[in-house]
Amino acid sequence: MIAKTSPEIGGIGHSVKRKEDLRLIQGRGNFVDDVHLPGMVYGHVVRSPFAHARIKGVNIANAMALPGVLAVITGDDLAKAGLAWMPTLFHDKQMVLATGKVLFQAQEVAFVVAEDRYTAADGAELVEVDYEELPVLVDPHRSLDPSSPILREDREEKSNHIFHWEVGDRGETEQAFQRAEVKAHVDAVFQRCHPAPLETCGCVADFNTATGRLTIWLTSQAPHAHRTLFAIVGGIPENNIRVISPDIGGGFGNKVPIYPGYVCAVVASLKLGRPVKWIETRSENLQSTGFARDYHMTAEIAAGRDGKVKALRVKTLADHGAFNAAAQPSKFPAGLFSICTGSYDFQKAFCEVDGVYTNKAPGGIAYRCSFRVTEAAYLIERAMDVLAHDLKTDPAELRLKNFIPSDRFPYQSPLGWSYDSGDYAAAMNRALEMIGYRELRKEQAEKRAKGELMGIGISSFTEIVGAGPAHTFDIAGIKMFDSCEIRVHPTGKAIARFGTKSQGQGHETAFGQIVAQELGIPVADITVEEGDTDTAPYGLGTYASRSTPTAGAAGAMAARKIRDKAKKIAAYLLEASEEDLEWEPGKFSVKGAPGKAKTIQEIAFAAYTDVPPGLEAGLEAVHYYDPPNLTFPFGTYICVVDIDKGTGEIKVRRFVAVDDCGNIINPMIVEGQIHGGLTEGLGIAFMQLIAYDESGNVQGGNFMDYLVPTAVETPHWETDKTCTPSPHHPFGAKGVGESPNVGSPAAFVNAVVDALAHLGVRHIDMPVTPWKVWQILKQKGIAG
Amino acid sequence: MIPPQFEYVKPSTISEAIALLQQHGDDAKVLSGGQSLIPMMKLRLARPAWLIDINAVPGLGGIREDGGYLKIGGLVREAELEASALIRAKYPIIHDTARVIADPLVRNLATAGGNLAHGDPANDHPATMIALGAEVVATGSKGTRVIPIDSFFVSIFTTALEPAEILTEIRIPIPPPSSGGAYFKLERKVGDFATAGVAAQVTVDGSGACQRVGIGLTNVGPTPLRAKNAETALRGKKLDNAVIDQAAQLAAAESQPSSDLRGPEEYKRGLVKELTRRALVRALERARR
Amino acid sequence: MAKTQKVHVKVNGQKKEAEIEPRLLLAHFIRDVVGLTGTHMGCDTSNCGACTVILDGRPIKSCTYFAVQADGHEILTIEGMMRDGQLHPLQQGFHEEHGLQCGFCTPGMILSAHALLQQNPSPSEDEIRWGISGNLCRCTGYQNIVKAIQNAAAKMQQKGAAA
Repeated sequence: MIAKTSPEIGGIGHSVKRKEDLRLIQGRGNFVDDVHLPGMVYGHVVRSPFAHARIKGVNIANAMALPGVLAVITGDDLAKAGLAWMPTLFHDKQMVLATGKVLFQAQEVAFVVAEDRYTAADGAELVEVDYEELPVLVDPHRSLDPSSPILREDREEKSNHIFHWEVGDRGETEQAFQRAEVKAHVDAVFQRCHPAPLETCGCVADFNTATGRLTIWLTSQAPHAHRTLFAIVGGIPENNIRVISPDIGGGFGNKVPIYPGYVCAVVASLKLGRPVKWIETRSENLQSTGFARDYHMTAEIAAGRDGKVKALRVKTLADHGAFNAAAQPSKFPAGLFSICTGSYDFQKAFCEVDGVYTNKAPGGIAYRCSFRVTEAAYLIERAMDVLAHDLKTDPAELRLKNFIPSDRFPYQSPLGWSYDSGDYAAAMNRALEMIGYRELRKEQAEKRAKGELMGIGISSFTEIVGAGPAHTFDIAGIKMFDSCEIRVHPTGKAIARFGTKSQGQGHETAFGQIVAQELGIPVADITVEEGDTDTAPYGLGTYASRSTPTAGAAGAMAARKIRDKAKKIAAYLLEASEEDLEWEPGKFSVKGAPGKAKTIQEIAFAAYTDVPPGLEAGLEAVHYYDPPNLTFPFGTYICVVDIDKGTGEIKVRRFVAVDDCGNIINPMIVEGQIHGGLTEGLGIAFMQLIAYDESGNVQGGNFMDYLVPTAVETPHWETDKTCTPSPHHPFGAKGVGESPNVGSPAAFVNAVVDALAHLGVRHIDMPVTPWKVWQILKQKGIAG
Repeated sequence: MIPPQFEYVKPSTISEAIALLQQHGDDAKVLSGGQSLIPMMKLRLARPAWLIDINAVPGLGGIREDGGYLKIGGLVREAELEASALIRAKYPIIHDTARVIADPLVRNLATAGGNLAHGDPANDHPATMIALGAEVVATGSKGTRVIPIDSFFVSIFTTALEPAEILTEIRIPIPPPSSGGAYFKLERKVGDFATAGVAAQVTVDGSGACQRVGIGLTNVGPTPLRAKNAETALRGKKLDNAVIDQAAQLAAAESQPSSDLRGPEEYKRGLVKELTRRALVRALERARR
Repeated sequence: MAKTQKVHVKVNGQKKEAEIEPRLLLAHFIRDVVGLTGTHMGCDTSNCGACTVILDGRPIKSCTYFAVQADGHEILTIEGMMRDGQLHPLQQGFHEEHGLQCGFCTPGMILSAHALLQQNPSPSEDEIRWGISGNLCRCTGYQNIVKAIQNAAAKMQQKGAAA
């Protein structure tokens, strides 16, 4: 049970207004492009127009002749320093600047440095690259064809196959399918999309030749990991590198990888002895930085005629582009995709994933997806709807029948996960009530009789976040603990530093609330810092909804260490024994003598002025938290759509989101996260696609065609919650940032398919656009 | 993102502007709203050596009825059209059109004149001006001339304007009583160009028969198109659902859409049919008011 | 270096003079020459509105306007929204209603909202959504931004009524 604190203390559960707002609403944030250093120069990347081509030569003479251009770095220059290639986050390497050949359109080929950004752009245009085009491979289904070009000449094994991964029991699952009364099948593509945070990626690299210290302001969601990687790759001693991740304008996973532009800026700064700023444009961001998804999936469910599911079989082809730059824990080439049994009690399951190379931008990062959990949740929720359709059963009933019951936790899934806690029926029932489900089905029947199209889509997702326990999880070898260091000052104020890095999630406020909860110090008196590797304790960063489950937990544990010491000091001051003291947020008092008490402020002062003999002065602690398990937030989302038969346009009439993320630190912040994630899901479900034509030209590579919803397309979101605490987390929280992006695409797609189900439609691939809907209606003789 | 270098000049009279355009020929471009030109320059797709900023040239503003015409100055901003009480009350088809051009920020700078002069088949005003039978007034070194809208759009990004001519005014013959028009645009999201757009303007007589009709199509061809066959099918007929449907079908058949990221050709044709129907129905409703 | 030109622009009430290339975008002028970095750039195709500033009372995309065009004109940026050290009701509203998360779209959003409320002091929700449809946000889903603007509109109406 979490003690309730006063609004003044502002502990867990209070909707404390955000501290970070003050500078941001005044336009006084400090984003990377706001950093201005004396002598700073600008970098601009020269990029390949071709998807696959040999580089015959790079001529920099005209660029270098342009007044104001200071340097042009090529792949050959980097190769001399052993830097033309760098390791990716996932057992592969990628080119920093191309040598030999290019493997995707927009790949980095050279880096021009000039006195100002306009000259750098002019200089980039003057770099001449002689390309010899090669045959292009863009269809991942053709990657393993013998006739397809082998893309990666640098790899020992000459193949476009990156990995095969499987989990579960193939044989037993096969048997379950053979016995099955009913089998449902769906082929579902989760299309290539992009996190597109409003601030693009960039850095200011400042190598101080006098001190040998490199300071990098960086759009980084994981500053410490980046520092370590820069040290290893760049050969600069790690104590001479300082990464500062200042205000970040959205991340969503896009700012987890290390990009060639960063490395080039560092090299340029070393070479010139001046700070080098590199800020990519939106087009560069969409065309070359970490894309998301591109999973080509098949799911089969074996079930009884009564609708009880028995087994799940999943096969996936993963398109990783030219380099496997996926940000995944190192033992998980397909991330946590094996959560694909979802909220349902399957007895048997088997899942296999094959990763392949294509001539496309590299990656497979986690776009607000907890490492492939969006793909998994989308797949199972679509498959359950297909099963419901095949059985002519109501999709809500089918789910309720198959949910893992709330008394079966911790639940061991057939694919190896131990779900911590859940009450799926409660969330579902609340959502059904909020949306008025029965009335909607009645309305749908009436509308169908009149030829009008409306649909109801349900998604009852379970996701898996908070990576993760050291025994199983690491990224590039670094274990996925996270950390917090707290120092309480003599006057009772505190500073808490974390190894995570907020890009809008409100850590400065919410993490302060955790410390406020544990110590009873008012949240206004607690400064929270993240992002400076010189001062913050080591952490793996913010993505995978892991900050609250890991760093937040570390904050609670560090605070409890402080409270333990505070108790000793209190006992000394009160001349009582520790066993005779009781704690309420903000003070220790003697049991039975409430007047005899010491506040945390008095104790803090004493820690510097009147320390018990034998005890060190000071009042601080650091904790590195190794989560014992992941956490499993869940929820039910229900979407209602109306379809315009004449144009195929889809209007979201209502969207209800019931989320369960255990105990909530700041309800206002959680609600904001849900709104934002649902809006991203809307874009993904209905509008977004990064595609390539047969020549490897990217389509949807700028904001004219990569469509981000405006306030007009975005509907009103109705949110609510249930609360099933995590039994293993210090304050029962699970994390929630990704849930809305994980759970919502299926709700949107299920709604549209549901609207057309009576016409025999079983599946439509995303983005579900008006023209796709219209073509279906035309085929059925309803439109056109 | 960074435009190439250019020289910039801001003339304070129309003659100065024209003289500069003559002097620099193909090396010069007119800068009015800049909301189409500047993005192209930032992508380095347009590289004029000279920008002639005409925003200080007087006499290019104003929305007024005069001498049987609705006159819209070449520099009138889309936002002004959107906010104009006169336009809203008497020319709702133009209000329909202005309000769906790009987004509110762009509309504060983008000009109606520029929307025509740029020659982009994806722009919205052309179809509406076709439907209204508008005329373009242009001033150049040889003086002022009037270009009928049907002669104005020559090919993609090419209009009938001479290199040293400036579009100074759009004039629309004031429709007779019992006239109404509407513009329907389907876009993937606010701020996008049309997947397809249809403008319809009708005048009906006492018996409800169509006396005059104009139908313009947006972004379904290399230029904005007039749906001539559809118009012919409507003239003189009573505008009931069957007649409207037939006209819509004809408009779809005479459109020339291409498949692209906004959708396949078949879909765009289907949209032309549907939006023509909706535009005619709304135009008729407004004509009857 | 191309021929430069002198411009005089009033920024947040203060006269600024500079010698610049004609191709310098107004957004870069504001950020790099004047040194006010609250105006942000989020795209390169004039689609996101993060660069919104108010030019002679109307909100525009400063990335799609050359600084030379602003010669003799007045600009208001986010830095000019505070009055006498007090947050503008819009800034206050965004804070109270959690109308921002990462803060990158916020300056442009506030300025668009400012222009909207000047034209329409009591907008409906639909009018608000329409009014900010040129400003993209990736974090908030717009719902709290709408509430923030409604919050500010209500406060400003009250103040107006009380005056």
